[in-house]
Amino acid sequence: MMSDSLDDPRLDDPRLGFRGWLLTDTPTSRFHARCVALYSGWLKFRSNTMAMLGLIILILLVLIAAFAPWLAPHDPLAQDLAGRLKPPLSEGHLLGTDSLGRDILSRIIYGSRITLYIVTLVALIAPVVGLLVGTVAGYAGGIVDAVLMRLTDIFLAFPRLVLALAFVAALGAGIENAVLAISITAWPPYARLARAETLTIRNSDYIAAIRLQGAGPMRIITRHIWPLCISSLIVRVTLDMAGVILTAAGLGFLGLGAQPPSPEWGAMVAEGRRFILDHWWVATMPGLAIFIVSLAFNLLGDGLRDVLDPKDAG
Amino acid sequence: MALAENRGAGRRRLPRFQRTLWKIARTLGSVVITMLGLMFITFIIGRVMPVDPVLAVVGERATNEVYEQVYRDMGLDKPLLVQFGYYIWDVLHGDFGMSLLNARPVAEDIRRVFPATFELATLGVLIGVVIGVPLGVMAAVNRGSWIDQIARVVALIGYSMPIFWLGLMGLLIFYGILNWVGGPGRLDIIWEGMVPERTGMILVDSLLAGNWDVFKNAFSHIILPASILGYYSMAYISRMTRSFMLEQLSAEYVTTARVKGLPERRVIWKHAFGNIRVQLITVIALSYANLLEGAVLTETIFAWPGLGSYITTALLSADMNAVLGGTVVVGLIFVLLNIFSDLLYQIFDPRAK
Repeated sequence: MMSDSLDDPRLDDPRLGFRGWLLTDTPTSRFHARCVALYSGWLKFRSNTMAMLGLIILILLVLIAAFAPWLAPHDPLAQDLAGRLKPPLSEGHLLGTDSLGRDILSRIIYGSRITLYIVTLVALIAPVVGLLVGTVAGYAGGIVDAVLMRLTDIFLAFPRLVLALAFVAALGAGIENAVLAISITAWPPYARLARAETLTIRNSDYIAAIRLQGAGPMRIITRHIWPLCISSLIVRVTLDMAGVILTAAGLGFLGLGAQPPSPEWGAMVAEGRRFILDHWWVATMPGLAIFIVSLAFNLLGDGLRDVLDPKDAG
Repeated sequence: MALAENRGAGRRRLPRFQRTLWKIARTLGSVVITMLGLMFITFIIGRVMPVDPVLAVVGERATNEVYEQVYRDMGLDKPLLVQFGYYIWDVLHGDFGMSLLNARPVAEDIRRVFPATFELATLGVLIGVVIGVPLGVMAAVNRGSWIDQIARVVALIGYSMPIFWLGLMGLLIFYGILNWVGGPGRLDIIWEGMVPERTGMILVDSLLAGNWDVFKNAFSHIILPASILGYYSMAYISRMTRSFMLEQLSAEYVTTARVKGLPERRVIWKHAFGNIRVQLITVIALSYANLLEGAVLTETIFAWPGLGSYITTALLSADMNAVLGGTVVVGLIFVLLNIFSDLLYQIFDPRAK
């Protein structure tokens, strides 16, 4: 191997420069090796058009959320009762106005912040809880494993939305409680995934070697098991985010998520529901936004799975 | 599926008959524990509710003595675990308490609304199976072709589209613009109460009564929400069918069958499809359970008087007994369907032994 790559004429070609450094098969340091792995993953990902489309949509979403005050043509909360229920493409209102004369485009733009907020918080809470429960259960085994996994099964025994509904009913409606309720219902699959990964890693030789060196369970789990669970968790999280968006929008639609007048997309669809037959755009536009964003997450998730976890590729 | 986790850990040394008994005992044990946990969660949710259950019963103007009396009668002065015991006792007797909204037993309400959901979900799953299974098989057989691409797009849209929005769009297009289907509700108002109620499912009741006009009207109302629900189970079922079929088609016995010169149709439907039937039934049972979730939002859109709208209406009026009763029932159905698919798997699939 070594001599092969040394003889490789590409390495002597100065034009390759940084790209050559990224594509080498003889990395010189750990950092270098990591960069090479990342770059080859990126190349594979980039060749997947649909996944790139998803990524671009999500980058746009982040930019829109960040620059909402500059992008939105109107104040999302400003009412104009004289100009209510104007159809799309009317003057100054690209997507029309709702029943209080608020500009729908501006509300969708500001609503992206709420969506991102919910998605980010759930993506931070649920996988971490699942990782913790799953790796501890898998590594400890025995009674700890049985208890934790039974607990996981109990949470899996409810349909997600129904359990989230019951939790929000108990905690009170609102965006933070919606995040909490969704996280409570979202962690069990991560726990099962992390446990399965842990079980395959636990008995490997290198873990035995580390244990002989005197590493305790804490260190083994956090330093040697977690890093190996991460990539499959990331794929799962990305694929699940579409579901999270749909659940959050469902809660908002039922009036249990973000409260009016905040421009949450699900709540906006609910507002437009009353006028659906006469003023179709009020409910249609925010619904399209939900659809596009969750589609983007699904596309991105599929692409990431192909790169990180080729064994599941369908 | 969830319940079969530790199946393999049974004792190997026991004779076969005892091993089977041990397996059954394990399954039963885990079912009981799961159901207890399920009830514990709803119990806890009920206890942390900001609504005072006593006040809800006696009203705001009750005297202190009455309040105390009811407080003790409801067992709220007992320790939490004892209260949980009472709660389980009541649930086991089919008693979910009284609805605060209409002062009727919640169990009776659920019995009344359940057939509507059952009718809707069953038709939804039927639509999902009838379209989803052939679509999945065709996609697997013609991998990479246009039909595979269509199946992929259909599934992707199903995974990404909010069901309440699709329902609204369906209502707008097929009812508002094209006027092909009936609007929200189960019947037009003039047909209401025309057939005697036997099963609570209007399609069945009208057939039993032989009243075709009611049947037609009920069908025009149910077909849209059922198709919307069916779309989601079709997305899931076709995806799973496709991946099961791909696995079978790459197996050597399929090559053998082809080499023997069997017609392709026979290879696909008899040999390969025959081997995925059990897996498929499991998937269908699971998607049936998932429909309960979609039903909550779909029923709200279509003013369908089923379990889903019962729970949401109760939620919005803080009728906690009704919410928890509905949640427990949905959870139980979910668990039972899971066990059912698990058992099927163990009985009919020799690989699971």
